[in-house]
This record gives sequence, C-alpha cells and structure tokens, in this order.
Amino acid sequence: MSRVLEVDGLKKHFGGIAAVDGVSFHVEEGEILGLIGPNGCGKSTLFNCILGQLTPNSGEVKVDGRVVTGLRPCELNRLGVSRTFQLLQVFPKLSVRENLILAGQEHRGTMVSRLCGKPDAGLGEAAEEMLRFFRLGDLAGEAAGGLSYGQQKLLDAAMAFMGGPRLVLLDEPAGGVNLTMLADLKERLTAINREKRATFVVIEHNMEFVMSLCARVLVMAEGKVLAEGRPDEIRANPAVIEAYLGH
Amino acid sequence: MTRTGRLLGLAVGALVLAALIVVPMGFNRYGLYILSQWAVMSIAAMGLNLTLGYAGQVSLAQGAFVGIGAYTAAIMTTHGLPLIVALAVAIALCLAIGWLLGYPALRVQHHYLAFVTLAFSTLAFLVFRNEEWLTKGIYGISAIPRPVIFGFATSRPLPFYYVCLSSLALVSLAMWWLIRSPWGRAFMALRENPIRALSLGIDTRRYTLIAFALGSALGGVAGTLYAPLTQFVDPTPFTLSLSLDLLLMVIVGGAGFFFGPFLGAMIAVLLPEWLRITEGYYLMLYAVAVILLLIYSPTGILGILDRVLAARRTKAASARRQAAQATL
Amino acid sequence: MHLAGRRRRAGRRHGGAMSNLLDLLIAGLATGAIYALVAIGFTLLWQTSQTINFAQGEFVMLPAFLMLGAMHAGAPFWLAVLIGAILSLILLGLGFKLLLVDPMLRHGVLPLAIATMALSLGIKEAVKQFFSAEASPFPSIVPAGDVEILGRAVSLQSLGVFVVAIVAVIGLNALLTRTSFGHQMQAAAQNPTVARIIGVPVERMILLAFLINALIVVLAALLITPIYLAKFSSGETLGLAAFIAAIVGGFNSVRGAIAGGLLIGIVDNLAAAYVSTQYRAAVPLILLIAIILFRPQGLLGRREERTV
Repeated sequence: MSRVLEVDGLKKHFGGIAAVDGVSFHVEEGEILGLIGPNGCGKSTLFNCILGQLTPNSGEVKVDGRVVTGLRPCELNRLGVSRTFQLLQVFPKLSVRENLILAGQEHRGTMVSRLCGKPDAGLGEAAEEMLRFFRLGDLAGEAAGGLSYGQQKLLDAAMAFMGGPRLVLLDEPAGGVNLTMLADLKERLTAINREKRATFVVIEHNMEFVMSLCARVLVMAEGKVLAEGRPDEIRANPAVIEAYLGH
Repeated sequence: MTRTGRLLGLAVGALVLAALIVVPMGFNRYGLYILSQWAVMSIAAMGLNLTLGYAGQVSLAQGAFVGIGAYTAAIMTTHGLPLIVALAVAIALCLAIGWLLGYPALRVQHHYLAFVTLAFSTLAFLVFRNEEWLTKGIYGISAIPRPVIFGFATSRPLPFYYVCLSSLALVSLAMWWLIRSPWGRAFMALRENPIRALSLGIDTRRYTLIAFALGSALGGVAGTLYAPLTQFVDPTPFTLSLSLDLLLMVIVGGAGFFFGPFLGAMIAVLLPEWLRITEGYYLMLYAVAVILLLIYSPTGILGILDRVLAARRTKAASARRQAAQATL
Repeated sequence: MHLAGRRRRAGRRHGGAMSNLLDLLIAGLATGAIYALVAIGFTLLWQTSQTINFAQGEFVMLPAFLMLGAMHAGAPFWLAVLIGAILSLILLGLGFKLLLVDPMLRHGVLPLAIATMALSLGIKEAVKQFFSAEASPFPSIVPAGDVEILGRAVSLQSLGVFVVAIVAVIGLNALLTRTSFGHQMQAAAQNPTVARIIGVPVERMILLAFLINALIVVLAALLITPIYLAKFSSGETLGLAAFIAAIVGGFNSVRGAIAGGLLIGIVDNLAAAYVSTQYRAAVPLILLIAIILFRPQGLLGRREERTV
C-alpha cells in the first residue's frame, strides 16, 4: 500500500500565533482518515496549507511521494487532490450538470481543445454517471442555487470527484445536513471509497459521523497532533477527552 | 430557458437583425455614421465585457487598444496595404501588449490591473502624440481609404455601414462560441467564485490573463474599423476618457451579460443626441445616472431584467417542488 | 510643471549643473510632499473601508473651485477658504461616504471603484459647466519671492509648500500610528469584527477617515492650486500621481504613501529636466510598471498572504 499523502513537520503561524505547530502524519491509499479536534485547534489551517490555499512557514507536504508544498490549489488539483468546502461552494447560476462539467473540464484535453472542442468538453457521459451515483439525476437541468441544502452538499461532493482524484479532503461534510441525508452521504462516500479506491481525509465535528465512517482518526489540539488511532481507541483516550472538555 | 422562450428569443433576434439591415437604407449620411459608430463601439465594449463582465477585472486601457488598432489601420492602409492585413497585425499587437501588461499585474491582488492599464492609457496617448514620424502626431493621419470587400467598394456610407454590421455579427458569433465553450465556463467560474474555481483545477491566473488579452484584442479590432469610419485619425479621441466611456458602456448595459455591450454602446452613442437639449450638462447627468443605476443594480440594466426574471424562475421552481412533494 | 521651470531660471542665475540638481530636488520634494499628502488620504480610505477612490484627484481639484466661487460671490480669501473647507467636508467627506460609499459597498469593492470613476467624471463635468473650462489663477497662502539659503536663491513658495505639506504629513503619520486614536483606526481597518468586540467605535472611525481625507484634499488644494492654476482637468494628473505614489510606496501603509509621494515628486521633476518634455510624464508610469513587476508589495509594503 502506498502513501498517498505525507505531511512532515508542518508549521504555520500568523503573527505570533502558531496555528499549526509541527504536524506530521500520513495517509495510505484507500484509507479514510478522520481529523477532529476542538474549535481553533488548527484543522482548517492544516487543510488550507495542504491544499495550497496558504503557504506553510515550514514543513513538507508530499502527494504520492512528490513534494507539493506551496503549489497553487489548481496545480494540486491537477495532481489529483480535490476538496469539498465547509460553506457551500457550488455555482448557483449554473445548472447541476454544468457544475459537474466545470468540475471536470480542466482534467481533460488541452487549453486548445477546451476552446475549439465540444462545449461540454466531452464530459456528458461522465456527468450523467456522477449524477446517477449521487442520485441527483432528475435535478440535472436545475440551477444549482435552487437545490436544497442537502442536495447542494451532495453536488459539492460530486464535483470534488469529477476529476477522478486520488485524494479528497472533505471539510465538515456533515455540517447542517439532516439525518436522512447524512446517512445517504455516508453511504455514498463509503461506496466511492470502495469502488474507486479514493483516499479521504475528513474534518468533522459530528463525532458519530466520523467514528462510523473513518478507519483511523487523528486528534489535534492547539496546533499539534494529540492522538492518533482507531475510533474506539480515540474515544477512550483520556487526553482527548480532556482536550474537548477542557475547552 | 423553456423551448417557447428560446424560440421567441431567436425570432426577436432575427427580427432585430433584419431591422438593422433594412431600416438604415432610409437613413441619411449622419444616421448611418451614428449607427456605424454604435457597431464599432459595441465591438470594443464586447471586448471589455469579456475582461470585466466575465473575468471580473477592470481595464482602463480599452480606449488605448482602440487607438492602437486605429493607428495600425490608418498607417497601413494609407501605405496601400489592405485592411484585412492591418486587422491581423492589430489583433496580434493588442494580444501581445495585453499579455505583457496583464502578466505582472495579475500575479498580485488589489486590482492592480486597473492602475497598470490607467498608466498604460496615458503612455499610449503620449506615444500617439509624440512619435510624429509614425503617427504624424497632432496633425493626424487623413484620407484613410475604406476597404474593398470581394470587389465591392465601400466608400459610401451605406456599404461601409454593412461592413461594420457584418464585423459586429462575426465578432458576436465568435464571442457566443467562446462563452459556450469550456473557456467561457472557466471565465464565469473565476468571476463567481475564484477560490472554488481554483480548487477544481481552473488556473484562474491564466484564464484571467487570456480574457484580458482577448478583450484587448477586440479593442484593436474596433479600432481597425474606426479608422476607415472616421477617415481621420489623430490622438485626441484616444485618451483615458474613451476608456472610461467604454467601461461605463459595459456597466450600464450590464457587465457579464451577452447583450450588455450592445445596449450600453447604444445608450452612450445616442446620449449626446438625446440630451442635446441639456447642452453641456449631459455628461454630468449621465455620470449621476450611472451612479444611481450602480447603487440600485451593479449589474446594469440587463441586471435589473435578469433579477426580475430570476425571481419569477425561483417562484416557479419552488412551486414545482411543493407540487412534487405534495404528490409523494 | 511650472515649479521646475522657475527653479531652473533661478538656478541658472547662479550657474552650475550641481545647483540645478539641487533645485530640482527641492522642487521635487515640494510637489512630492503634496503627492504624499494626497496618497495618504487615498491609502486611508482603502485601509478603513476598502474604498478605491478613483476620484481622489478631482477631490483635490474641487475645493479650489468652491473657494473661487465664494470669492466671486464677494467673500474675502480667508472666508472663502473656510467656506470651501466646510463645503468640502460636507460633500467630499460626509456626502461621499453616506451617499456613495455606503450604498455601493454592499455590492463589493469593484462596483464601488467603478462608481468613483463615474463620480470623477461627474465632478469634472460639473466644474467645467458651472465654473469654466479655462484655467483660473488662485491666490497662494505662501508669499512669493525668493529667500537665500546656503548661498542659493530658493523660491519661498517651494519652501512654504514643502514645509506645510511635510508638517501635515508628519502630523498625520503621528496621528495614525502613535496615538490611541490612530491605533483604534488601524484596528477598525484591519479587523472590524474584532475591533467592535474590544469596543472600538468602528463606524465612527470609518466616518472620521473620510472626514480626514476631506481635510487632506482641502489642504492639498490650497498648496497645489496656486502653482498649477485651477482647471477642471487638473484632477487627472494629480490623481494618477497619488495612485502611483500609493502603489510604489506600498499600498497598505501610510509610511509607504509618504515615501512613494516624495519619490514620485522627485522623479517627476528630474524627468522634466533630463528627459524630453514630451515623455517626462512617462517616467512615473514606467516606475509604476516596474514596481508591479519586481516588487508588487511596494517599496515599504509587506508581502501579502497569497490567497490565489
């Protein structure tokens, strides 16, 4: 099994405050890693550093053995890393199908083919398949802004997978989603992980969601890794309980 | 859009096009001049719409690019070269300059492109005015010939108007193709949500630069038509004011809407005519009107229309959803 | 620019290329100090409320005409200045913020910037229509004549302008960086949410920034109009100089605006003497493009966190 993601000694500070203070971990291919921790522990900053949204002050990020620290988000995406967002980031004025085509178009062909070729960049089939998989089929032509919150969340996830990524970072996918949708979401994520051997890292506050979805969990507190292990180990870890209750 | 909606739109479009071809046959020289000017300015405004409306960047140099196109055409055609060659040179020149200006300016934030294009606008004017050996400076280049298209001379107002109109049609077609292509989708994505676009692999920097370069090239195209239209080119029109006028055309019509530039150009070209009664005050009133319009609708007149239609669409969509749920 | 012209004539009386250079530097510092003043106002508006004021040049041009209008109505100079200042505070400070910036800001930074472009057009045309398209002379607050410094004749006007402008600039810098008032304004600018929590009256601070800018442009008008005369179009060059100064110095800092202003003033005056008159205006523009190419954060600015 290869290591899809390796983070080594990552540090990021703002002014005098260290948001991420020397974090190291790795993720194996096909794994679903959970990332939890109390508010302000640095999870989002860590994500943003891995994804190129922020430039870390020191440390290294490797994807499939290749150093990617400091690359721009679009370059990372083209190397097979994609993400979902905490706050919804679909394109409301485009239709659901258009959103999916947009999500996949940079992964096919060249700049020239994107100008002179088909308007849907040859992604019509792939978009249909993704719509079917996430059960958004009958909403294909609807403007994305008109979908319900839960449906938009599914679309957001679908967009993250259009490019056939190796690694997907999910930022609070369960946030604000009702129980039925949640079950759906979990089921779909598990399915795609199985079928495509996609590797996930999931930030979540919903303990139930994380513990049932993830095989391994990483706990952060105050910018550092506090504990790492299987969900049941983490749940029983006194330091973890302390970190959460202490806040 | 519904089928009937789309058919209606096409019918209206065909009607407008027919009107634009037939009605001006009865116009006098001045009317044809105004209409030709509208066509030429629409092309420049369409280019700026690409930069501003689709890629979200402010360019204050579109007037300078029109000037570059105009001088290219003026210099080359008065030396016996055909207009089409001047067109090719103007496009290449504007693409190159656009790229060179945009590349450093777009690497950083803070809307630096606006200031760089502001500076370039002033620089271009200086070059137009000072390099007499090339541009004849303040004396200008006169007796600019009108082109011969497929053996037809176009020196008279009506034939040349058709040249302008067909150029506008060709540019519009090219624009329509561009907007529908994956490039167009990428432009729209980087305007709506650049962070999300980046995370999907869209190189926002490169696409913004492309939009700006293409938009500037269209300015050059407009300039190439401007020279034979006025048949006299001197530096005076190609100041910052022209760039500002073009910007306001795009804004008033509706930035980011396909027909915005047409509407904005029409308003800007016809404005001095309509408000002649207010004498010199019309520009001031125009400025005030633009500010008020912006406060109410930053996406211009077509933006207001769009809002009205969108409100009706969401009402219909939620009604449909409710009906669907009721049947469950 | 006429200042340099007068300087060169005085210099030639005493001869020597070296003295010529000195004259140009002094004249450059004088205009530079005015640019710095206007650039500070521009930067202040940007920092506190994300307002890119493309009409800043016209903001400097307008108070002069308001004062001229008062004088034509019969008021003595001192009263006209007062009237002009009060009107400017109301129109360019309060009015600008409440009637243009506040309604536009909710649409975003870019629409607001474009609205200020429309405003610059409106002010220019209004002045052209209601006053005149011709240049009008304007009385100076500094007496004319030369004074002898280190064996050289220095124009009192240059000196006076420089002194007043530099004092204002230093005062502003002190106000904004050393007083508690200034710290509150910085806090309101950098992080309004947090500032509100710790009790900074953010809305009031932003309004004060606009009022301070209005005072700045009034002072700049008093200093620069006697030199370049009052013309409806003078806002263009001055505005451009202020933008370039702010960017070259460092878009985010007051000290940057000061450094940028002085630099542009000197460069501009040197260019007037050593570069062809035709292209002297190009030199600051080329400097701008160079800075954006090689050091986009400006000479004194901080490297910004990359978000794209």
